[in-house]
Amino acid sequence: MSTISLKSVRKSFGKTEVIHGIDVEVADGEFIVIVGPSGCGKSTVLRMVAGLETVTGGDIAIDGNRVNDLEPMERNIAMVFQNYALYPHMSVFDNMAYGLKIAGMPKAEIAERVQTAAKMLQLEEYLTRKPRQLSGGQRQRVAMGRAIVREPSAFLFDEPLSNLDAKLRVQMRLEIKQLQRSLGTTSLYVTHDQVEAMTLADRLIVMNAGVAEQIDTPMHVYEHPASIFVAGFIGSPSMNFLPAKIDTGRSTLSLESGANVSAEGLVLAAQSGREIIIGIRPEHLELASPDRADLTLHIAAVETLGADTLVHGSIAGAGVDGTKNASFAARLPGNARIAEGETLPLRIADGALHLFDRQSEKRIAEI
Amino acid sequence: MSGMVEKRGRGYWLTHAGLIGGVLVIFFPIYLAFVASTVSQPEIVRPPMPLIPGGHFFENYREALVSGINAPVARMLFNSTVMALGIALGKIVISILSAFAIVYFRFPFRQTFFWLIFLTLMLPVEVRIVPTYEVAANFGLLNSYPGLILPLIASATATFLFRQFFLTVPDELAEAARVDGAGPMRFFIDILLPMSRTNIAALFVILFIYGWNQYLWPLLITTDPQMNTIVMGIKQMFPSGDDIANWPVIMATAILAMLPPVAVVIFMQKLFIKGLIETEK
Ligand SMILES: Nc1ncnc2c1ncn2[C@@H]1O[C@H](COP(=O)(O)OP(=O)(O)OP(=O)(O)O)[C@@H](O)[C@H]1O
Ligand SMILES: [Mg+2]
Repeated sequence: MSTISLKSVRKSFGKTEVIHGIDVEVADGEFIVIVGPSGCGKSTVLRMVAGLETVTGGDIAIDGNRVNDLEPMERNIAMVFQNYALYPHMSVFDNMAYGLKIAGMPKAEIAERVQTAAKMLQLEEYLTRKPRQLSGGQRQRVAMGRAIVREPSAFLFDEPLSNLDAKLRVQMRLEIKQLQRSLGTTSLYVTHDQVEAMTLADRLIVMNAGVAEQIDTPMHVYEHPASIFVAGFIGSPSMNFLPAKIDTGRSTLSLESGANVSAEGLVLAAQSGREIIIGIRPEHLELASPDRADLTLHIAAVETLGADTLVHGSIAGAGVDGTKNASFAARLPGNARIAEGETLPLRIADGALHLFDRQSEKRIAEI
Repeated sequence: MSGMVEKRGRGYWLTHAGLIGGVLVIFFPIYLAFVASTVSQPEIVRPPMPLIPGGHFFENYREALVSGINAPVARMLFNSTVMALGIALGKIVISILSAFAIVYFRFPFRQTFFWLIFLTLMLPVEVRIVPTYEVAANFGLLNSYPGLILPLIASATATFLFRQFFLTVPDELAEAARVDGAGPMRFFIDILLPMSRTNIAALFVILFIYGWNQYLWPLLITTDPQMNTIVMGIKQMFPSGDDIANWPVIMATAILAMLPPVAVVIFMQKLFIKGLIETEK
């Protein structure tokens, strides 16, 4: 049983507050991924849980015990660092055994645990090597092994895969996931890579500028993003946004371009006249005949990916960011033959609209 | 292959000729000293100067080692070794600990302390020699090993070097050690010290030679010939007044005085290069 709980956790460096109060309850065995752009405070949150950074306000509890004032070792956590932080002068075996040695574990038991971990990570033949004699992926495994042998309450990962090449990253991602599943150890994982976030997480924490914008399962975050930030951050290419207004008495939205978009079953009459922003994921756009089209896309670039074709372009009418023409992307089937420079009539798939308030940038709850 | 052949052209021989010439120029005086230490006193003073080793090698060296002129050279070699080792090791211990404190601990006036240490770089022994002598004398350190060693033991240079090295060690290493449960001293001994061993080896060589070559300070602090160090001892061997200098014994002493630093360089060089190859962050 290991749970982690953060209650309005804040952090200031000097006078600048960088974490503005984060609340999350991590259940036993859960894999939580913290994702967000660079500098949003992901590492800081993780390091506070690890005990490497003091907590300015709020409480952190592991297994129900407040740990704010405990040393990292006393919290019984293990951490995997981005640059692995292996001890360069120690063999792989000693790297993994170091924490156990300090804890005063008998030699035989240390050897047994290291052997088990090495087997799990396919490191058996490298135990006598020094870290510099290993490849990046192997070093990564040693760092994992060092965490595993401790049998900690929780694993903390800070961008552990970002120093690996793309192919290895995919492979290690799967290995981490399987390992975490088989060990059932509660994990906090920091990344800025949304594919990693989506594939690994039981639940996602999407952070922006020191605030947790949304905490939910990856699919829920994808399907019901809580704010424009989350909607734009998760998904690639990112969601398209257009300013719009709810029409009086009708269930349509009028776009700046003058076009109307049907919002059947979405909008309350009471909200008519409200200024909003609509969001449409690129994959929710379909080719349509010009008379049935909701939007007309002026194509600027086409990316043929095989399975899909990505079309980038612009839509007449102001964008959310004040540009004259809103930039737009659509993901169409791979067999669609599209040439650059054309215009493309597009239809929005049914029920695929996301509505956000223009002022607060928060999602408008579906009704 | 073609590169190798080209390298064996004229440039190759020229560089070697240059290097060999340089070695000869540096080596010749030492050779002369060696020759002088193997001949008898009358042979030395009669021109021309002998250029081929004579037959008095064992005689001269035995005389130097056992009786010397003021004090036996063996005794002075021992004194010098104690002083040089004490200075080198003491400087390393003190400076690595101060660098550790300055880099890894946040205490009030940390930067101030660093700059204070750094400022002492500008105050070599010679500048502060009178007050230092006064202090050493008041502590009763005249004619003692602590008196030879302690006043020379603080080192801003070594502290600075270790500080610069520690700053290049990634922070994550210290954090990983903390997560592993290592306290500060444990981290220092298990991780920082082994990682610094090339730096320590290099510094040891430099500082040993620095300590060995001290002249002015031992001259002041020791009055008893039994406490003389070898470098000042050689000078003391020169006769004052009308006495005749015993050149063969003086030269034997000079050659003997060179051997320990040479041995340290040769021995540590191996360790030094080995360390260079092995260490990597
Ligand atoms: N020791 C520190 N002193 C002052 N400010 C800091 C310190 N550490 C981090 N910060 C600030 O806190 C904010 C969050 O930093 P943090 O390292 O948590 O970002 P991050 O989300 O992990 O970013 P990245 O994805 O680039 O690693 C940043 O604005 C950073 O400048
Ligand atoms: Mg970070």
